[in-house]
Amino acid sequence: MNRKVIFKGVALPYLLLLPQLLITVVFFFWPAGQAIWFSFLRQDAFGIRTQFVGFENFADLFADPLYIQVIGNTVVFSAAVTALSIATALLLAVLADRQIRGAQGYRTLLIWPYAIAPAVAAVLWIFMVHPSIGLLGQALNGMGIPWDYKLNGAQAMLVVIIASAWKQVSYNFIFFLAGLQSIPKAVLEAAAIDGARPVRRFWTIIFPLLSPTTFFLLVVNLTYAFFDTFGVIDALTKGGPAKSTETLIYRAYIDGRVNLDLGSSSAQAVVLMVAIIALTAVQFRFIERRVHY
Amino acid sequence: MATLELSGIEKSFGQTPVLHGIDLRVADGEMIVIVGASGCGKSTLLRIVAGLETATAGTVRIGGRDVTALEPADRDVAMVFQNYALYPHMSVFQNMAYGLKIRGLPTAEIRRRVGEAAELLGIGALLERRPRQLSGGQRQRVAMGRAIVREPKLFLFDEPLSNLDAKLRVQMRAEIRRLQKRLGVTSLFVTHDQVEAMTLGDRLVVMHQGHAAQVATPMEVWARPADNYVAGFIGSPAMNFLEAALAEGGAAAALKAGPTIRFADGPRPGADGRRIILGIRPEHVVPDPAGLVLDLDLVEPLGSETVAHGTLPGGEAFAAKLPGAAVSPGDRALAVALPPAAWHVFDAASGRRLDPG
Ligand SMILES: Nc1ncnc2c1ncn2[C@@H]1O[C@H](COP(=O)(O)OP(=O)(O)OP(=O)(O)O)[C@@H](O)[C@H]1O
Ligand SMILES: [Mg+2]
Repeated sequence: MNRKVIFKGVALPYLLLLPQLLITVVFFFWPAGQAIWFSFLRQDAFGIRTQFVGFENFADLFADPLYIQVIGNTVVFSAAVTALSIATALLLAVLADRQIRGAQGYRTLLIWPYAIAPAVAAVLWIFMVHPSIGLLGQALNGMGIPWDYKLNGAQAMLVVIIASAWKQVSYNFIFFLAGLQSIPKAVLEAAAIDGARPVRRFWTIIFPLLSPTTFFLLVVNLTYAFFDTFGVIDALTKGGPAKSTETLIYRAYIDGRVNLDLGSSSAQAVVLMVAIIALTAVQFRFIERRVHY
Repeated sequence: MATLELSGIEKSFGQTPVLHGIDLRVADGEMIVIVGASGCGKSTLLRIVAGLETATAGTVRIGGRDVTALEPADRDVAMVFQNYALYPHMSVFQNMAYGLKIRGLPTAEIRRRVGEAAELLGIGALLERRPRQLSGGQRQRVAMGRAIVREPKLFLFDEPLSNLDAKLRVQMRAEIRRLQKRLGVTSLFVTHDQVEAMTLGDRLVVMHQGHAAQVATPMEVWARPADNYVAGFIGSPAMNFLEAALAEGGAAAALKAGPTIRFADGPRPGADGRRIILGIRPEHVVPDPAGLVLDLDLVEPLGSETVAHGTLPGGEAFAAKLPGAAVSPGDRALAVALPPAAWHVFDAASGRRLDPG
C-alpha cells in the first residue's frame, strides 16, 4: 500500500515547507554565510574600511599562541564536561532504576537543573564556590585549602566544568533512565543466574545495551559543551583568570562583541562550525558502528 | 546433579500472600512439573529456587546444602525463561559461553562445551548470529544450550514453550524430555498446559492459590485427584461434578439429578445426608438407554470420538465423551449411565477426596 499523500501540482507542498525553510535560511544559512564571508574580510576598528584578505584571518588565528591555548582549554573543558555529566547521570539513573517506585519524585527533582537559565545556575554555583560568601569556598578555606577560583586558573576551570556538567546531568539522566527501563529484567536475571555479580552485570550487560543512548548523549553533550556553555562561563568567570577558562565560543564572542574584530571573530566561528561538523561526522562514522546490536 | 528440598516455603508481596507453605522433595535426576492456573504462584516458587526472589519463610536445599540465603550466582542452577532472555548484544556463541567465562573456564574447554551443546541442539551453524537474527524456535534452543553448557545442579524452566507454535511446541517438548533424561539433571518445569505437564513430568505439583494441592505422578493425579480442584484442572474436557448426599449408611450417593447409586468400592465415612460431590470424567460416561437423560445443547464430533455437552435433569452442566459417532450433531437428548467404578468422591465442604474407610 502506498501511504504517501500525493499533492496535485507543486505549489502547495512548497508553500507548506516555506516557513520551515525560511526559518532555516534566515537564522542559520544566512548568518553562517555571512560569517564565512566576513572571515575573509578585515575591517578597521571604526568599521569604515573593509578589505578582502583571503585566509589571512585564519593564518593569524593559528599563529596566535593564545588561540592555541583556547583550543586546549576547549578540548579539556568539553571532554571533562561530557565525561562528568554522562558518568554522573548514569550513576544516578542506575540508582534510580533500582528504586523505581519512588523514581517519579526523584525524576522531577533531577530534571529541575535543566529548566534553570544558565545565568541563574551560575549564580547558584557562585553561592556555593565563592571564596568568601560561598558555603563550599568558605569551608575549603577554613580547612586550610587555599581556594579562590577567581585567582587560580585550574580551580576556575574546575568550577566551570562542574557547573556546566551539572546543568546537563538531568537531561542525560532522563535518557539513561529510559534506556535502563527498556532493558528486559529477565536478561539481567539470566546474567545473575549465569553467575555475574552486579558490577560485572553492569559492564557486560547493562552498559553495552545502553550504548546507543550513551552515543547519542555523547554527541549532544559535546555540542552542548562547545556552544551552549557560554552563559555559564560568562556569569562565573568571564573566561578568566588570565584566559584560563576561555573556550572557543567565548573567545569568538569577546573578539566580535568586545574587541569588535569582526574578521577574526567570524574566522573563529567558521573554525567552530567546521570542528563540530567534523566531530559529529567522526562520531557517527566510527562509534555508531560499534553500538548497534 | 543433585536433590532439591523445599520446606515450608512461604512468600508474600507486601501484604499479599502468594505462597502458603510449599513442601517438596525432588530426587536426583527427577523431572518435576509445576502446573496450575495463571497467578497461582508457579513462577514465584521457581524464582525462589533460583534465588531471584527471597522467600518470606522456609528453606531451600540443593544437594543437601542450605542455599536459602545465597545469591543466584552461588546456587549453581540454570534457568530457561519464557521469553528466553538471551543477551541481545552477544552472538549465540557468546550467549552460551557467558556463564562459563564468568566461572573462569579455559577457552578450549568453553569451546568444547559450547560446541557439544550446539551439536546436540542442532544450532551448530548459528553460533555467529545475534539473537535477533534467529527464529523463535532457534532462540529457544539457544536458551536451552545456555543452560546445558553450564552443567548445573538444577535446571529450571519457566514456561519455555509457550511462545512457540503448536507443532514446534510438541517437538520441543519431546526434545526437552529426551535431553533431560540423557543428561540426568534434576529439573523443575513450570507450565500451565496440562498436556505438557502430563507428558513431561516424572511427578507433578498441581498448584492452587499458593498451595501444592497434589504432588504425585501424572497417572496418579489423573486417576486419584486429591481434591476437586485438581480433578477439574487435569483432564480435557474437564471432569463433571454432580451434587449429591450420602445415603444408605454411606454406601450410596443420592444424586441431585435423581437416582441413588451405590459406591463400587465401599462406603464413605459420615452420616447420611453428608453433602458430597461426585466426579466423573466425560470419557468414562457410557450410553445407556435406561440411564439419565441428558438434554443436549452442543455436540462436538472430533472424528475418533464425540463430545456431547448438555444438562442433567437437576439442571447441572454435564459432558460426555463417547467413542465414534455415538451421537450426531442433530440429537436433542442422550441417555447415559455413570458407572460407579469411575466415580471420584469429594467432600462438598472441603473439596478433599473421600476414600472408602
Ligand atoms: N513482584 C511482585 N509484586 C507483587 N505481586 C507479585 C509480584 N510477582 C508476582 N506477584 C503476584 O503473585 C501471584 C503469583 O504470581 P506468579 O507469577 O508466581 O504466577 P504464575 O503462577 O507464574 O502465573 P502465570 O501462569 O500467569 O505465569 C500473582 O497474583 C501476582 O500478581
Ligand atoms: Mg509465571
